[in-house]
Amino acid sequence: MTPALEVTDLRVTLGGAPVVRGLGYAVRKGEVLGLVGESGCGKSVSAAAVMGLLPPGARVTGSIRLGGRELVGLRERELAAVRGSAVSMVFQDPLSALTPVYRVGDQIAEAVRTHQKVTKEQAAVRAVDLLDLVGIPDPARRALAFPHEFSGGMRQRALIAMAMANDPDVIICDEPTTALDVTVQAQVLEVLKTAQRQTGAAIVMITHDLGVVAGFADRVLVMYAGRPVESGDVDDVFYHARMPYTAGLLGAVPRIDAAGRAAPAPIDGAPPAPGDLPPGCPFAPRCPLRVEACDEREPPLFEVGPGHRAACIRWDEVSPPLPAPPGRTGPGVRGPRTVLAVDGLVRHYPLVKGAVFRRRVGTVHAVAGISFDIREGETLGLVGESGSGKTTALTEILELTRPQQGRVVVLGRDTAALTAAQRMEIRRDVQVVFQDPLASLDPRMTVHDILAEPLRTHRHGDPRRRVGELLALVGLDPAHAARYPKDFSGGQRQRIAIARALALQPRLLVLDEPVSALDVSVQAGVLGLLGALKTELGLSYLLVAHDLAVVRHIADRVAVMYLGRIAEIGRADAVYTAPAHPYTQALLSAIPLPDPARERARERILLTGERPDPASPPSGCRFRTRCPTFRSVLTETERGLCADTEPEMRPLGEDQSAACHYAERLAVV
Amino acid sequence: MTLSEEVAEESAGDDAGRPPPPSRARAVTGRFLSSRQGRAGALVLTLVFLFAFAGPLVSPWSHTDKDFAAFLAPPSAAHWFGTLQTGADVFAVTLRGLQRSLVVGLLAAVVCTALAALAGAFAGYFLGWTDRVITWVTDLLLVLPAFLILAVMSPLFGAGQWPLFVLMLALFLWMVTAKMARGMTISLREREFVRAARYLGVPPVRIVLSHVLPNLSSLLIVDATLNVSAAILTETSLSYFGFGIQPPDVSLGTLIADGSRTAVYAPWTFWFAAGLLVVTVLAVNLIGDALRDAFDPTAREPR
Ligand code: SF4
Ligand code: SF4
Repeated sequence: MTPALEVTDLRVTLGGAPVVRGLGYAVRKGEVLGLVGESGCGKSVSAAAVMGLLPPGARVTGSIRLGGRELVGLRERELAAVRGSAVSMVFQDPLSALTPVYRVGDQIAEAVRTHQKVTKEQAAVRAVDLLDLVGIPDPARRALAFPHEFSGGMRQRALIAMAMANDPDVIICDEPTTALDVTVQAQVLEVLKTAQRQTGAAIVMITHDLGVVAGFADRVLVMYAGRPVESGDVDDVFYHARMPYTAGLLGAVPRIDAAGRAAPAPIDGAPPAPGDLPPGCPFAPRCPLRVEACDEREPPLFEVGPGHRAACIRWDEVSPPLPAPPGRTGPGVRGPRTVLAVDGLVRHYPLVKGAVFRRRVGTVHAVAGISFDIREGETLGLVGESGSGKTTALTEILELTRPQQGRVVVLGRDTAALTAAQRMEIRRDVQVVFQDPLASLDPRMTVHDILAEPLRTHRHGDPRRRVGELLALVGLDPAHAARYPKDFSGGQRQRIAIARALALQPRLLVLDEPVSALDVSVQAGVLGLLGALKTELGLSYLLVAHDLAVVRHIADRVAVMYLGRIAEIGRADAVYTAPAHPYTQALLSAIPLPDPARERARERILLTGERPDPASPPSGCRFRTRCPTFRSVLTETERGLCADTEPEMRPLGEDQSAACHYAERLAVV
Repeated sequence: MTLSEEVAEESAGDDAGRPPPPSRARAVTGRFLSSRQGRAGALVLTLVFLFAFAGPLVSPWSHTDKDFAAFLAPPSAAHWFGTLQTGADVFAVTLRGLQRSLVVGLLAAVVCTALAALAGAFAGYFLGWTDRVITWVTDLLLVLPAFLILAVMSPLFGAGQWPLFVLMLALFLWMVTAKMARGMTISLREREFVRAARYLGVPPVRIVLSHVLPNLSSLLIVDATLNVSAAILTETSLSYFGFGIQPPDVSLGTLIADGSRTAVYAPWTFWFAAGLLVVTVLAVNLIGDALRDAFDPTAREPR
């Protein structure tokens, strides 16, 4: 049987730099190939090459055969006929892939009509069928909606529907779930599985998320610096990695299961830039097993097992990442001193409509009364999906002003009663690290100026000496102070942002998604640094994140937010091993593990429906509209309580409480 | 201009003795000087200035002299650039015009951009009342017929009153830039590095000066260079109608206006003034480009 898609020796040059250097793979119908790699490894470019969507100026050589037909060298018109019918694509950002001014149903019908001879009506009917297939409720009505009326998850479903429209042989998914929340990601992956069953298509799944690959793909191909460095069955690659890069990547992923307490091991350095490759093995500068022979020439792909190939001359010495040593466990007892106490914090925004006559049509309760505290030397992870209010809560705390309702007490001082001078003083002790270091560092300032700014503002120490110390503290070369942020890699930039936050020797550090903009291999290094700094300087952290695996690794306690409220709070170990709130359970079960066998065996708790509008949350329990317990476990009378009374925090264990009337601890990971 | 002031202030803050820290001021200067465009522009502009201000010293004629032996004479040993219909020496008047235009153009552009930057950045950063007042003033000035007002005020710009003229020119050129600067500031305001500075406790005015303005610098510098030509041209048209620089004083504008009438049969009356105008505007644009790249570390490395 000829493979549905066969790529051999694909090479792509973009602006003179070789971005893809000899990629080869084949997928049969019904098979899923996972294409894994970090940003800049050429995985997305190779997909664009298959689709013929490369920017002008790109040079493509090699062969791409679709069902035996050569695509390289085809003219644009012939390619367009193939695109969308025999091969289709699901993009990362569904909003930009849909045309904003056309109805979703029309766009899908359009895709049908482009490649099939059907009437308008037939196409419209097919569009509704497709929307139904991808699990969009009330598809006939939804087909008339515009893209902006859809949520992110629904848009991605619509895009999948469009990709299925012509029963393609191959569907290429380029990071299809990266922009989505985990619970939505789980839903969308289910839909993709349905799509594959329906069309029998081969799927090429491009992602950086090893967990997604473990649960979804049959075979994996790992790319590094534009080349495949390891390929084989999922199990072979995950359990018997033969290339140090793959092994390193697997060891660097933070995990939510028991192994998660162990420190993920970073891979030193950063991937090489295309066009600036080391002479021999491209991984050599970062490889722990490097020997002299590695620098002589680029290692070819060795056959290391049946259907398993790896590009490393020392493949037989590579061992899979060690079973993690028992990680540090957080202090069982909580410290005596409180650095931050939040009590009943509320933040709402007026919802206004109309351009000329602005009238208030409602209130968005972004944060609807949350309480927690952080003791000295403790890390609290505040987790939640988009729209949960975690970022609003963080901003409210950082403003250090009187909240709309409730109290914020920082280092024993109530923010409602602060004078300007006192506020300035507290600013020194509370510092923040933002998500994207490229955005949070002024691009027009040198690193020296960036680090000197807090020192000058607070007249604290001598910038000249201190800047060097700070850079050394976060593991950077003090001689690089004259450079601009853009001259550093992502991980290094985040280290600069951390150095700035530490400049004034604060006591509480607020971390806003500190690693989510970074590649996996670099994440681990920054997390390690944060851990080390905490012990060394006696810091406390408030960590706001959507990635529960990252939180698991670094937090002592965690608080899970849903729709402006805390659903569950407690010791990280307790919450992760036996979550009590149905939402926490669903959230944890949605996170894919980088472990194929366990991933296949796992039972997912899938959430249904969409997050309710925060302007009109459901009565009683906010989670009731999506709660699996409410839907399938409770009796009619028990449901009444959920619908009428908003559940209060209820202690369930030594340090674990959940806001659910029927909370029960349950292991889901 | 605000940017150079800010740069100057920063470098002034460094106390002598120790090796100066690698701050932005030094980096920008270094990058500017290492760009060929910047060096060429600066060189040409310096030459133009030298020419305008040192030229009269070597010329036997002054711009008020008239040679009644040579009307509309082509360039010769006595009159290097020829003479006008009135017998005035073209070399002398052109230099005098150049002086005026340079000063008027550059000053007006700098004042205008500085005004626009400050107004826009403060309005956009502080919003609320500051914004309302500044926006109101901007809108008011936008709807006032600038040309008419300048024309009505022209008697005030008599001999020696050119600084007032510069001010009035600038006052009617800054509004559109200010609106752009305000818009950009509003989006900058929510950028994380500005929030980071706010949470560090950096005072608001300092945030505007050290984070907002430098990040507007591309816009501002392009705008300033455009304004140089705009100011020179506005001055030209005003002078053409007899409202700008008043005789006996001359500017490149009045010269070009006069010269265009005789340009066909006496090209020297027109081309020297026009040529110098082009060279000046070109040099200013080169400097502007180089400065913009120097301020923007993401620009490609200077060639
Ligand atoms: S070839 Fe050498 S440097 Fe490359 S991965 Fe193998 S051991 Fe490491
Ligand atoms: S209170 Fe009821 S609806 Fe809410 S989470 Fe618990 S069981 Fe579900």
